[in-house]
Formats: sequence, C-alpha cells, structure tokens
Amino acid sequence: MAKRFKKLSWLQAYASVYMVFLYAPVVLLPIFAFNDSTVIAFPLSGFTTDWFASLRDNSALKSAVSNSLIVAITAAMISTILGAFAARAGVRYRFPAKRGIMGLILLPLVLPEIIIAVALLVMLMRLGLSLSLWTVIVGHVLVCVPFSMAVLNSAFSGLDQSLEEASFDLGETAWGTFRRVTFPLILPGVISSLLITFTISLDEFIIAFFLTGTDVTLPVYIWSQLRFPAKLPGVMALGTLLLLLTISLLVIAEFFRRRTAQRRGLDASTTEGLI
Amino acid sequence: MSIDAQNEGRKGLLLVSPTFAYAILLLAAPLILVILFSFWTQDYLDLDTTPTLANYKEAWTAPLYRELMLRSLRISVLVTTVTVLSAFPVAYYVSFRVKERKALWLFLITAPFWTSYLLRVFLWKVILGYNGVFNSALLWAGIIDEPLQFILYNVNAVVITLAHAWAPFAILPIFVALEKIDRSLLEAAEDLGDGPVRRFFRITLPLAIPGVMAATLIVLIPTVGDFITPRLVGGTEGLMISNMIQVQFGKANNAPLGAALAVSSMFIVGGLSLLIFLASRRVGRVAED
Repeated sequence: MAKRFKKLSWLQAYASVYMVFLYAPVVLLPIFAFNDSTVIAFPLSGFTTDWFASLRDNSALKSAVSNSLIVAITAAMISTILGAFAARAGVRYRFPAKRGIMGLILLPLVLPEIIIAVALLVMLMRLGLSLSLWTVIVGHVLVCVPFSMAVLNSAFSGLDQSLEEASFDLGETAWGTFRRVTFPLILPGVISSLLITFTISLDEFIIAFFLTGTDVTLPVYIWSQLRFPAKLPGVMALGTLLLLLTISLLVIAEFFRRRTAQRRGLDASTTEGLI
Repeated sequence: MSIDAQNEGRKGLLLVSPTFAYAILLLAAPLILVILFSFWTQDYLDLDTTPTLANYKEAWTAPLYRELMLRSLRISVLVTTVTVLSAFPVAYYVSFRVKERKALWLFLITAPFWTSYLLRVFLWKVILGYNGVFNSALLWAGIIDEPLQFILYNVNAVVITLAHAWAPFAILPIFVALEKIDRSLLEAAEDLGDGPVRRFFRITLPLAIPGVMAATLIVLIPTVGDFITPRLVGGTEGLMISNMIQVQFGKANNAPLGAALAVSSMFIVGGLSLLIFLASRRVGRVAED
C-alpha cells in the first residue's frame, strides 16, 4: 500500500511539473502586458494599463482586427456548411470510394500548413489571381473542415432517424424536415463547430502569411510587430485580450459540445470533437 | 436490396459532393500543380514549362539544401521523441489515476494550445533568453553565476518550444488508446503474478502502441513544415527546410525550386511515417501473439 502511494505521487508530481511547463508562456503574457517597462524581461518594474490604452488608437491594428474577423467569420460559416454535408454523408450513408473521399477531405489534418499554403499560392499564381482576404479564407476553410466534421459527426450520429421519418410521414418536405426537425437537434453541434473553426482561423498564421495580399490579418500583423522591440509591450496587451477571447469562446463551444453529447446520453468527458 | 444500396450510394455521394468538390479543386488540384511546378524552371518573371529534373538535382545535391533537409529531419525526429516521451506519463496519469475530473484535465491540457501560436513561440524566447525568466530565476536562486547562453537560438530552444506547441496533440491520442484498455486485463495480469513494471511492459504499453503511433505521426509531420519556431528561437543553426521553402517562394523568387524542396521533404516525411507505421504494426502483432 505504501509503495503504491509513492508511485502515485511520483506520477502526480510529474503531471504537475508538466502543467507548469504547459502554462508558463500563457501566464507570462498578462504579466508583461501590465508591466510598466518597454523591455520584456524580469525584474518587473511597475503596474500600468498604458499598453492596453495604446491599442485603442492604432489604425493598422484596427484594420488587421477587422480583416481577421471577416476572414474568421466567413471561413467558420463555409467550413461548418461543408463539414455538415460531409459529416451527414459519412454518418448516414455507405457510398462508393467513401474512404478515399473522406481521406482527401481530412488530409489537411496531417499535411504541414506550409504545403497547403504553397500549393494554393502556386495555383493562384498560375491562374493569375491576385492575393486578397478571399485567398486566405479559401486556405482556412481547407484546414477548418476536418475539425468541423469531427464536431458534427457526433451531432449527426446522435440524431434519431425515426424523428425525420415521422416528419416525412406527416407530410413535411425534405427542406421542412431539415428546418423543423434536423437542424434544431444538431444546433448545439453547429454552434460548437462555428466557434472552434472561428478560433482556428483567427489564430492561423502560416497560410495567412503566404496568401495575404495588402490587407493583413491579425497574426500577420503581430508577426510584423515582433521585429520592433518598442512595439512588444503593446503586442503582449493584444495577446492578453486575444487569450481572453479565445478561452471564453472555447468554454462556450465546450458547453454546446457537451450538450450535444448529453442529448445522446454519452459521457461528455471523451475527447470526441477535440481531436 | 442492391437497388437500395445503389440508391443509398447515390444519395451519399450527392451529399458529400460539395465538400468533396471543394477538396478536389482547392486541395488535390493545387497539390498536383506543385508537383508539376517542381519540374519547371523559373526564368526571371516567366516560367519555362519544359519538364526538367534540374530542381530536384539541386535540392538533393547542393550542400546547403542537403544540410537543411538532414537537419530538419534530425530536429523533427528529436522533437517528436521528446514530445511523445514526455507526454506519455501525463496521458497515463489522466487515464489511470484521475478518477472524476478527466474532462477538466483534458480541457486544461488543451487550453494553452488555443492561445496565439506566434505569441507562444515568442514567449519561449522571453523565457529562454539571456535576461530571460529561466536565467533570472536561476541567478536569483544562486544556482548559476552568470546567465546560461546555450538555451536560446539553437536546436535546444526549437525542441523545447515545439515540444510545448505539440503537447496536446501527443497527449490526446495516447490518452484515448489508454482509455480503451480493458482494466480487467490488468487485474488478470496481477492475479497471475505480474509485478507493476512487468504488467506495464506486457499489457499497458503494447495496447497503447496505436495511440503512441498516432501521436508520433501527428507531431512529426507538421514539425517538418514549421518555419516560425526555427525563425524566432532557432538562431542560424536551428533553421530548417521550411525556412528555405519560404525564402524560395518569397525573396529568392524561385518557386519551382521551392516546390521541389517542398515535394522532396514531403516525400521523406511520408516515407518515414510509413516506416514508423509498419514498425508499430509489427510491434503490435508481436504483442498480440
């Protein structure tokens, strides 16, 4: 018994140290955002909120934020719609070449982002199209669809088919059934998918770096700022705000995902949807 | 029955077609184009589309590219090994020792991953730097007299930063594999006289191999393609092949050579992944016997 207790505490100690390692950079972000010094190093000198105030009248930042919002909202909507088609087909039907088709759709999960970025860039060059926010959206949708599918797979597999059949029997059209029966039932999954894909797109850098034109997205803007030491405290403040935003979005997404899982009476603690 | 199956097949294909069409047009087609590109030549602003192997010859024989390729491979393998080995005990802990708050643990493990990747890499620079958090802490504690310099702008920094960046991707697949293990097998092993160590190596580890393999591939493949971490914390000796690919598509304006480098590195990573996959299948089969 004593031996067992000792082993448990070893593992526990390791897990705790590992969590410190995981959170070390995240904890530093707000610390430096409120630190009254232009140098990002210890010791800390004093408390200030100036860096947050400096963000307010920065027009380059504002346009980067609005560009990123346009890209992330559009990419989230398109990838959730495409993810829904694929998830529904995959859960409900058997069809020829299913594995191959699904494999291609899920390929971006195991493809380095630089390859996706370079491939799209080459195609755009060949077609003579210029880079814009739309080209970034196209790339982001590719990366987001697999995540949307993972979330919506569980929403669709929890759907009771007899409900839809009952709706058809009662004279609803296919669209009416979708609108009045299917959609309300998968709604939590849809919201969760929108939030997760929005977050992925908002943070994506490599594809945006290659495919952005003159309108830069937020991560590309941050990348350009990292070269100037004087701009760093402002970047820390910006990062802190982004951190708050993404964490709250993910908590909301997690809430809706669990509701989907609960509707089908499953244990919400499984990792479905997160990977 | 067969008419039903045909009907079902048609419906399924129709439903998946928008997503499939998107993937064909904007993923498969561009990838094929990159492969074509790698056989072409950049002629200042024009492209010469006569097929040639010159780009591959340069990519595989020029000492600079060969060195970068080998180094990328070495760093990626090192990163993957460190990441998976350090992640395994955490996955094991959450699966076997945590009883009620598994979901919370998983959320806590994945949460840092959702903060800006760029900023996380940059913050490692702050932690590992000359006046960084790590050095200040060691100085303050009196463990060292002057700041350590071997931790930033080299391979170590790249390994630490990437092991951090890919942590959740390593932990989750291993956790899922460990969760699937039938706990009665462990009791049976114990009843038959296996000690904890023997039991771990004879039951738990072989059954966790699929998860370990998934973690290995999930970390290895994108690591080769990363160029932010090498740029920010790697210094000159930490630069990897992706930095060169980026330069070829950017400043150097030699997209065909960049394409050849990209295709070559994917080819190498693909081959390596296949080897790992086959090896782990073999280990799995031996364990089953």
